[in-house]
Amino acid sequence: MTTPAQRQIPAPLINPESARFFDAARKGTLLVGKCHECGEYHFYPRVLCPQCFSERTEWVPAKGTGVIYSYSTLRRGVPVPYTIAYVTLDEGVSMMTNIVDCDPDTLKIGAPVRLVFKPAEDGTPVPMFTPAES
Amino acid sequence: MTIKRKACIVGAYEHPTRKAPEKSVAQLHAESARGALLDAGLSKSDIDGYFCAGDAPGLGPLAMVDYMNLKVRHVDSTDTGGSSYLIHVAHAAEAIALGKCHVALITLAGRPRSEGSSGTQPRNYGAAAPDAGFEYPHGMTTANGYGMVAMRHMHEYGTSSEQLAWIKVAASHHAQYNDNAMLRDVVTVEDVLASPVIADPLHRLDCCVVSDGGGAVIVARPEIAKTLKRPLVNILGAGESPKGQNGGKLDLTTSGAVWSGPAAFAEAGVKPADIQYASIYDSFTITVLVQLEDLGFCKKGKGGKFVADGNLISGSGKLPFNTDGGGLCNNHPANRGGMTKVIEAVRQLRGEAHPKVQVPDCRLALAQGTGGQLGSRHGSATLIMERG
Repeated sequence: MTTPAQRQIPAPLINPESARFFDAARKGTLLVGKCHECGEYHFYPRVLCPQCFSERTEWVPAKGTGVIYSYSTLRRGVPVPYTIAYVTLDEGVSMMTNIVDCDPDTLKIGAPVRLVFKPAEDGTPVPMFTPAES
Repeated sequence: MTIKRKACIVGAYEHPTRKAPEKSVAQLHAESARGALLDAGLSKSDIDGYFCAGDAPGLGPLAMVDYMNLKVRHVDSTDTGGSSYLIHVAHAAEAIALGKCHVALITLAGRPRSEGSSGTQPRNYGAAAPDAGFEYPHGMTTANGYGMVAMRHMHEYGTSSEQLAWIKVAASHHAQYNDNAMLRDVVTVEDVLASPVIADPLHRLDCCVVSDGGGAVIVARPEIAKTLKRPLVNILGAGESPKGQNGGKLDLTTSGAVWSGPAAFAEAGVKPADIQYASIYDSFTITVLVQLEDLGFCKKGKGGKFVADGNLISGSGKLPFNTDGGGLCNNHPANRGGMTKVIEAVRQLRGEAHPKVQVPDCRLALAQGTGGQLGSRHGSATLIMERG
């Protein structure tokens, strides 16, 4: 399979808690949750730490690099095939995302990837990843 | 408190329809309920507890209690996706053991086939779903979510597409004897691998069917069960355990069955090796493989070897599974496979499965369900039953 055409990315469904994640995305920053009580990162970011339930959380910029934890290219029933993935960030937490700007047949679990933002249909930048070598 | 032998499954009915554009969802629930009452030899006025999940239309139990005009004193609409109905059986047994009701009706129905549902459509749960902003734009569907589970399992344990295909092959061997099954042709490993890839690494024949339909079971006090003319099916033990993404510390190759399974086995006082028949939710072939491992039928990572070479085929394999053809071949009403898993286990324990797939002298059976998405958040429920 060659590099597929861009799929139309649905606009993120944003609620009052998640809004600042997308405010940061508009400035080119991927936020992850960090807890100052237990020291753990988490994703998706929340007001209360999902590990220790402390409210001493902060949403901090991620480095934007990681490795593919798993992926799957949806090839049927959609206008344009696309690759969904979990990427394990350098911070140690995995996030659901897409792998873009590549030939999906060359992907491998464990391969390094780096952050790119792609605009959703309403223009909101959505965090995705591309192979780090490309 | 335990539910062990505190309640019996006295009625079970699988709606025969696989496509019902002319029927309402409420009607399918009610027709399923009527079938289960006829099977049990009970009447509607005997029901004093009602259980349903998110497939019930409108305000769920309120709409259905009103539609069927039930007079109940106990209601439960626990919704853990396709695993809900196994949990309902356990909750019904708990309610009966506590004296909250004596005869509990559980129904499921839906028309995803008539309504154009597909496993390649992202589900939109709305902005209030806490994950919506972080997942919906990425296009997780049922198919590619389970695809990621299969891909990771292959990576960690060397599981192959050929091994996954054996699960479909076994289901098709059983479905050939089921007149109501959507897919009755026996398929080979080669057939599965030659079918188009839907979501890597899952082929079309790794995916369950989309069907309309429904089902119902009735759970009752043992004293009532013994007055009926049907073979007794005792509930021995149950476990339930939702599992999520653990705040991003992800483990896609393990299901909640690692918790629900041991709880059910402990309550029942039996081991995996004692189970003679297993209904295992088969939304995809990988779903079966992960659950078999997590329930302890084989070691973690050895599921591929366990299911290969027809080991799940009734009559020749070590663990006969889904002898109705399961979701992979028979049906998947409401996109929720838990109800049909209970029903086929009841058939096996009564000795009423098709003679070609009936497990001889079946005394102990297990039903296992997952619901939601193994790839993100899911329910798991395990139920162990015996012939009374």
